[in-house]
Amino acid sequence: MTASGFRSRLTGLPDAVYVFGLMAGLYVVFTGLTVLLNFELAGVVNTLRAITYFSAVYAMVVLALNLHWGYTGLFNLGVAGFMAVGVYTMAIVSGPTNPGPAEIPGLGMSLWVGVVAGVVVAGLVGVLASLPALRLEADYLAIVTLALSEIIRLVLNSTLIQEVSVFGVTFGTGGATGLTVQNNPQTPVTAFFQSWPGSAITDMAMAIGINRPTVVEGIGYAIVLGAVVGLLFVFVRRIATSPFGRVLKAIREDQVVAAALGKDTRWFKIIIFGVGCGLMGLAGILWYGSDGYINPLSFRPNITFYVFVALIIGGAGSNTGSIIGGSIFASVLFYLPQFLEQNSTPVLDGIQSVLGGSTATPQTVIDAGGALVGLDLTAFLAYCFANISSLRFIGVGLILIYLMQRRPDGLFGHRIETAASVPLTTGDTDE
Amino acid sequence: MSESSDEPTAEPVLAVDSLEKQFGGITAVEDVSFDIQPGSLTGLIGPNGAGKSTTFNCISGTLTPTSGTVHFQGTEITDAPSHVVAEHGLFRTFQIARELEEMTVLENLLLAPPNQLGESLIYAVTPGLRQRVQKQERELRERAWELLERFELEHLAREYAGSLSGGQRKLLELARALMAEPSMVLLDEPLAGVNPTLETQLLEGLHELREEGYTFLLVEHDMNVIMNHCDPIIVMHQGSILTVGTADEIRSNDRVIDAYLGGDR
Repeated sequence: MTASGFRSRLTGLPDAVYVFGLMAGLYVVFTGLTVLLNFELAGVVNTLRAITYFSAVYAMVVLALNLHWGYTGLFNLGVAGFMAVGVYTMAIVSGPTNPGPAEIPGLGMSLWVGVVAGVVVAGLVGVLASLPALRLEADYLAIVTLALSEIIRLVLNSTLIQEVSVFGVTFGTGGATGLTVQNNPQTPVTAFFQSWPGSAITDMAMAIGINRPTVVEGIGYAIVLGAVVGLLFVFVRRIATSPFGRVLKAIREDQVVAAALGKDTRWFKIIIFGVGCGLMGLAGILWYGSDGYINPLSFRPNITFYVFVALIIGGAGSNTGSIIGGSIFASVLFYLPQFLEQNSTPVLDGIQSVLGGSTATPQTVIDAGGALVGLDLTAFLAYCFANISSLRFIGVGLILIYLMQRRPDGLFGHRIETAASVPLTTGDTDE
Repeated sequence: MSESSDEPTAEPVLAVDSLEKQFGGITAVEDVSFDIQPGSLTGLIGPNGAGKSTTFNCISGTLTPTSGTVHFQGTEITDAPSHVVAEHGLFRTFQIARELEEMTVLENLLLAPPNQLGESLIYAVTPGLRQRVQKQERELRERAWELLERFELEHLAREYAGSLSGGQRKLLELARALMAEPSMVLLDEPLAGVNPTLETQLLEGLHELREEGYTFLLVEHDMNVIMNHCDPIIVMHQGSILTVGTADEIRSNDRVIDAYLGGDR
């Protein structure tokens, strides 16, 4: 089969095939990698859990950002800030009123109230920010949202509302120390696997060699996240395939025309800004909240840029592309380098056994270059693994340059995803 | 064709009164007043810089006039933003066709109808309500295909509007405005850059539509088009109205000849 024939065959498939195909491919690659590294079963499974988890949380934020940037053309650089608002609100609202010593109390409400409050507050902050910001044109909106995101982080980081008492109720953000999230989205999943009938699943998993209960609980949580991504996809797809989504697209293309056609563009922008920010808040809750501990450092603007890169890879304007881009970024560009860094010794030993050479890590980039010139690939890779956290930005940069030149629309951005709730064919094919 | 201008008793669709627009110290439009009768195809001509486009933009809400009033079907729309003007049923096209390029031709058309159910987020996402949105969209879809047929754009229905030729874009703009079932359409140089075959087709289309009861105000550079197709004709010069009349009256008006031939009045 020719390459183009293969490609045309690939493009005709339903979107679910791409998403599940990609995940299956990632599972195969990472299973291969972990088996080669002699991981025990629990380790293999835990690696697969990690890529599922990161893929899902990235997919959620990218879907939310796609509503802003992909559909409406709103250049929102405040993603990290809105995630922070969501998860901090959740942590404060559903934190216990009398926690352990040296812990900051919360408002003591249930987790679900906390989650809803987090989403709503993130959405409201988005709406408030949008009132002045949406009068601005694209670049200025980017500056304002980026600044807002940093203001949010710095306020959380300050001692200003570290621990305050209002009408006898004490709560706070914990300042730079961060906040323990005792009551977090992972908690009910963990509880499920620790009591009947969930405990039966845990026992079964232990019996087949997944000998760490936390791994089983983690898998449970990853599955929950996958389901949330599915629901979110249905939600944003409904927005996209509706007259509402059509107006968003029109605003992206030409606001003046949209207004001349009777659309109150400002209203639409405020609504979608609020909804998108609310979803970013939800993603923040499910992502950072589940760690059990939050800290302002997690919400620096680099997270925002990661999310943008993921959206660019997937293709702005495509919801399927958002999920694909999120998974690829999270697994290949985010998790894989981290994985290689953690396992650099066995990986390098493996490479050395095939290629020969030295596993002694060159100290400088010059030495590493020398090793490369001297065809000592092992030493060169050793240097790369040792510096992977900075080198991966070079990789991300190269991928962006390649995409901008060869595929500016990303993997799925070139497709026509028609904004209408019914097929727009003539005749009565769908009735 | 001349019945409309002879009946001043009819309630005008559009009434412009003493319109003035200044940009900084420059007065672009001064003391412009005219009425548009329902069912007419009124032409607005004038040399470059006569203030045609400014007048147009003041009516459609793209600009806010410095003074004067604009009434549409009896409602004052002087300071209304353009989306409110459109909601009242007064639509416009643009001199340089402004398609929503990365939207398909069909999406462009379906965008136009005002106050669609599905423009509410709640209706768009809630299961039961969404069915009502879909029902409305099916009806709109039928209308869109009728218009595509009328303007011979069916074969381009699923193309991006950005891939259309200049003339096709002008057709699409008109079709898009009509999709909203407007009371009146302001056409800003609809024939600029359109080839003669399409031009004939567009003009025939306008006459047909006028007979169906649509009202048009047409800004155009091309004297022949205006003279042969519009009645009445409003002539603007240096920001003011020079004269209003039928094609024959305009042809024999010395001041119009002076203005166009560069007389030194």
